[in-house]
Amino acid sequence: MATSSALALELDLEPFAGPFDLLLALVLRDVVDLGEVPVADVCLRYLAQVEEEGELDLESASEFLVLVAALLELKIRLLLTPDEVDDMPDAQEAAEELAARLAEYARAQAAAAWLAERLGEVGLRVFRSGPPALRPPRLLLDDAGTGDPTALAAALRLVLTRTDEVSEPIHVLRRRIPLSRLLDHVRRAVREAGDCTFEDAVKGLNRTEQAAAFWAMLDLIRGGEVTAEQDAPFAPIRMRATGRQTVSIGVAA
Amino acid sequence: MSANARIVEALLFVSSEPLDERALAQAAGLSEPDIEEALVQVGQRHTQGNSGVVLERVAGGWALRAADDTAMACARLLDQLSQRPLSRAALETLAVVAYAGPVSRPEIARIRGVAADNPVQSLLERGLIEEAGRSDRPGNPLLYRTTTRFDRVFGLEEGRHSLPLLDELGDDLPDAAQVRDRLQAMAATQGIAIHEPAAADHPA
Repeated sequence: MATSSALALELDLEPFAGPFDLLLALVLRDVVDLGEVPVADVCLRYLAQVEEEGELDLESASEFLVLVAALLELKIRLLLTPDEVDDMPDAQEAAEELAARLAEYARAQAAAAWLAERLGEVGLRVFRSGPPALRPPRLLLDDAGTGDPTALAAALRLVLTRTDEVSEPIHVLRRRIPLSRLLDHVRRAVREAGDCTFEDAVKGLNRTEQAAAFWAMLDLIRGGEVTAEQDAPFAPIRMRATGRQTVSIGVAA
Repeated sequence: MSANARIVEALLFVSSEPLDERALAQAAGLSEPDIEEALVQVGQRHTQGNSGVVLERVAGGWALRAADDTAMACARLLDQLSQRPLSRAALETLAVVAYAGPVSRPEIARIRGVAADNPVQSLLERGLIEEAGRSDRPGNPLLYRTTTRFDRVFGLEEGRHSLPLLDELGDDLPDAAQVRDRLQAMAATQGIAIHEPAAADHPA
């Protein structure tokens, strides 16, 4: 196919400044027929090229992804019947947005072309650059006032006293939750009701305590004191006392 | 040249930034009309073919720069980066910053449809754009604007105000409606019609 070789050249992205540029060319300048673009071939070719280079340039790879995704979306729309397109509520919005963005990009491109032309017109302009010669910032001059050396001492004193104002360090204490307390808590909840859900048992506890309570429940199951059932993931956990008693060692969680 | 003109000439000589009439008047201790008169004399002395440096109106002020026939030698001395041509990506990025600035990197990327990291970096290195605070948008990305250097390289007399209006840049600039029409036309050649746009949702 003639278009496929022409397209392979264009997909090198060198002559194009990005996917929008290529899309604009496709849409406005009839460079290639969209239906003829073999996206699978293009992808294989790109992968081969990446393998050859032995290194994945993330920026150009993401450019490529954006481009191929846009191509695919356009192609898919061409394959659908009008009824099917009507069934895609986002399709209209997406087409509108794409059109608006392409138009915006076209303006940026025109501005860039003007800048390039302007650069040619005005020619090479050389002028003094770099930091202003020996010019201290005006603010500093104002602050220095008359150039009185005691002003420096005053400024230093300001800096030194400021360091004294550093606030006291704040200690963040690690909270320790004794597992024994939660073992008792869960044990009591189950025994009193004979049958209760985990959710009810931990009502009123904070998140950390709830997590520790879950650990406590597992400990009780392991010890044979309690059995637990859950119908489905995230469903309530039903606990039942077995009547057996064990002595668990409370470990701080 | 008058004493006033000599002072203005010296001020422009030592400054690396363009100076406007107000700054000149302040430094020289003269009135602005005096400065304007002095500038005429400085301009007459420094003309192309007559002097190695010329007076130019740029970035809303006045500055001296190398005359056209001396510019190449000066550029060799300074080994100017600007001799390397700007890439298309850099030019487009520069255009976005010039027209939409201060603008953030994500915003540039949105307009161009490509990550803008490399062109932004290269424009920063060339001194054509600079940081201009942070955006209020999520993540507080850095904002960029064009520099005085940009105005000077592109010979913009009044800075950004000298840029042409976008609408004047070309008669064939497509608007969103035209692009959409083309998309529909392409679909039509495939024997498929894209339904009419919901005009109410998207006012022009």
